[in-house]
Amino acid sequence: MAEPVIETRALRKEFGEKVAVAELSLSVRRGEVFGFLGPNGAGKTTSLKMLLGLVRPSAGEGTVLGARLGDRATRARIGFLPEHFRFHEWLTGRELLRFHGQLYGMCGASLEARVDALLERLDLLDASELALRAYSKGMLQRVGLAQAMLNQPDLIFLDEPTSGLDPLGRLLVRDVIGELKRAGTTVFLNSHLLGEVEVTCDRVAFVKQGRTLREMVLAEHSPELEVDLRVDPLTSEVVQGLARFGEHVPQRNGSLRVRVPNEQALPEMARWVVERGFKLYQMSADRPSLESVFLEVMGDDQRPG
Amino acid sequence: MNGFPTIVRLTLHEARRKKVLVATLVCGLAMLGLFAIAFFFVSRDLGHNSGLPLVQRRLMLNFFIMAGLYGVNFLMVMTSVLLPVDTLSGEIASGVMQTVATKPIRRWEIVMGKWLAHAMVLIGYVLLLTCGVLLIARTISGFTPPNVTRGIPLMLLEGLVLLTLSIAGGARMSSIANGVTVFGLYGLAFVGAWTEQIGTMVGNATARSIGTAASLLMPSESMWQLAAWNMQPPLMRELQLTPFSPASVPNAAMVLWTVGYVVLTLIVALRGFARREL
Repeated sequence: MAEPVIETRALRKEFGEKVAVAELSLSVRRGEVFGFLGPNGAGKTTSLKMLLGLVRPSAGEGTVLGARLGDRATRARIGFLPEHFRFHEWLTGRELLRFHGQLYGMCGASLEARVDALLERLDLLDASELALRAYSKGMLQRVGLAQAMLNQPDLIFLDEPTSGLDPLGRLLVRDVIGELKRAGTTVFLNSHLLGEVEVTCDRVAFVKQGRTLREMVLAEHSPELEVDLRVDPLTSEVVQGLARFGEHVPQRNGSLRVRVPNEQALPEMARWVVERGFKLYQMSADRPSLESVFLEVMGDDQRPG
Repeated sequence: MNGFPTIVRLTLHEARRKKVLVATLVCGLAMLGLFAIAFFFVSRDLGHNSGLPLVQRRLMLNFFIMAGLYGVNFLMVMTSVLLPVDTLSGEIASGVMQTVATKPIRRWEIVMGKWLAHAMVLIGYVLLLTCGVLLIARTISGFTPPNVTRGIPLMLLEGLVLLTLSIAGGARMSSIANGVTVFGLYGLAFVGAWTEQIGTMVGNATARSIGTAASLLMPSESMWQLAAWNMQPPLMRELQLTPFSPASVPNAAMVLWTVGYVVLTLIVALRGFARREL
C-alpha cells in the first residue's frame, strides 16, 4: 500500500460554540485521486482549510506530506484551487500566473515556460493578455487551476474545480486530473458533483456534521455489487436470509436490495431462494452508484443544504 | 524570501490602479492649481507697493503657505486611511488571500510587503504635494518657510501612523469597520490636540492633561502641530496669531513615542494577521 500523504486523527474545529468539524480522521495515499464528499455544511471546506494551514484545529492532529499542518516548506509542494477562484481583476491571466509562480520561488525562463505550458494546456493562451475582468466564470476557474499546478505539486487540493464550467470545461478538468494522477500527483478533490467524482476518484470519504462516516474504494475499482431481487412472497424470512450474503439496503418500492462483496455470492443467493420454495421472478446485479451510496450513508435525516 | 518583494510589487501595481489614489491625486493637483492662483494674487498685493513692512509681509505669506500645507495634510490623512483600508480585509473577504497564504510565504511577508508598498506610495504622494506648494510659493514670491526639512518628515510620520493603523485594523476587522475606527481615532486626536492647546492658553491643567492623554493614545495631530510649529518663523510662533501656532508644543519625546507607536501598531498588525483564520 502506498504511503499516506495526508493523515489526520480526530481533527476538530470549533467556532465559538459551533462545531464545524467534530472528528475528522482520514488517510489519503500517495498518487491517488481522493474524493471528499458530504452535504453542504458538513465541514468539508473547514477541513480543507485545516489541512492547508489556513485555519488552526481546536483539537486533534494531522500531517500533510509528512509535515505538520500548514508547514511553510511543505506548501512549496502543494497546489490549491479554492472554490469560486477570484483574484485581482485588473491582472491579466499571464500576470496572475507570474505572480503566483514568483510566490512559489520560480523566476526567469523556467517560470515563463511553465506559464506558457499551463496557459496552453488549460486552453487560455488566446486570453492570456486579457484582464481577468474579461474572463468568463469557466475561464477564471481554469486559470485558478493553472495557478495551482505551477509548482508541479506532489499534492493538489481542488475545491469544486468544475464549478461554473460547461461540459467541455468539465471534460478538460477531468483530463487534467487524469494527467496529474499519471504524473504521480495526489489529488484531493472536494466536489458536489457525484458523477464527476465517480469517474475521477479512486477512493472517497463521506463526511457529515464534521465526522468521517465512511471511506470506500469507488465502483470501478471495487468488486462490490448491488443485487435487486423480486421474490414472492417477500417475507421477513427472505429478507433476513438474503441479508446473510451481504448488507441489506432498505428500498422504498417494496423490492429487495442486497449489497454483496463480489459476484460469487450471486448463484448462492439464487440457490438459497429456490431451495426454500420461494419464487424468484427477477435478479439483477449492478455496481452501486455513488449517489445511492451517498444517500444511504447520509441517512434519511439529511435535508437539502 | 521571494514572497516579500513579490507582495511589494503587486501592491504597488494594485495601488496604481486604485480609484482612491487617482481621486486624491486629482484633488491634490486641483488644490495646487487653486493655491497657485490664490498665492499669485496674494503675493502680488503684498508686494513692495503694499506699504506693509517686510516682516509683516513674510508672516502673511508664511501663513498662506501653512494653509496650503494644511490642505496637503488633510488629503494625506484621507489617503493614509483609505488607500490601504481594504488591502488585507478586502482580500480576506473575497478569498484572494486564501490562494496567496497557501503559497510558501510567511504571513509577516504579506503584511510587511503591503505596508512598505503603501508607505512608498504615501511618501511619494506627500512629497509631490508639499514640494508643489513650496515650489509654487518660492517661484511666485521667492519665499520659503523655515525648517521644511524638519516639518515634512513630521507630516510623513503623521501619515504613517494612520496608514499603519489602517493596515493593522484590516487584519482583524472588515473594511468599513476599520475605516470608521481609524477616522474615529483621528477625530479623537484632533479634539484632544485642541483641548490641550486651549487648556494651555487658559491655564487649565485638567484640559491640558486630557489633551495630552488623547495625543498619546493617537499621536497623529500632535505631529502636524509640531510640523506646523517648525515651519513658522519664531515671531509667528510666539505671537500665536494663527491656528497653526500651537500654545503647547509637542516635544522630542512625543516624536519618539510616535515612532514607537508606528512600530507597536505594526507588531499588532503582524500578530493579528498571523493568528487570523482565513
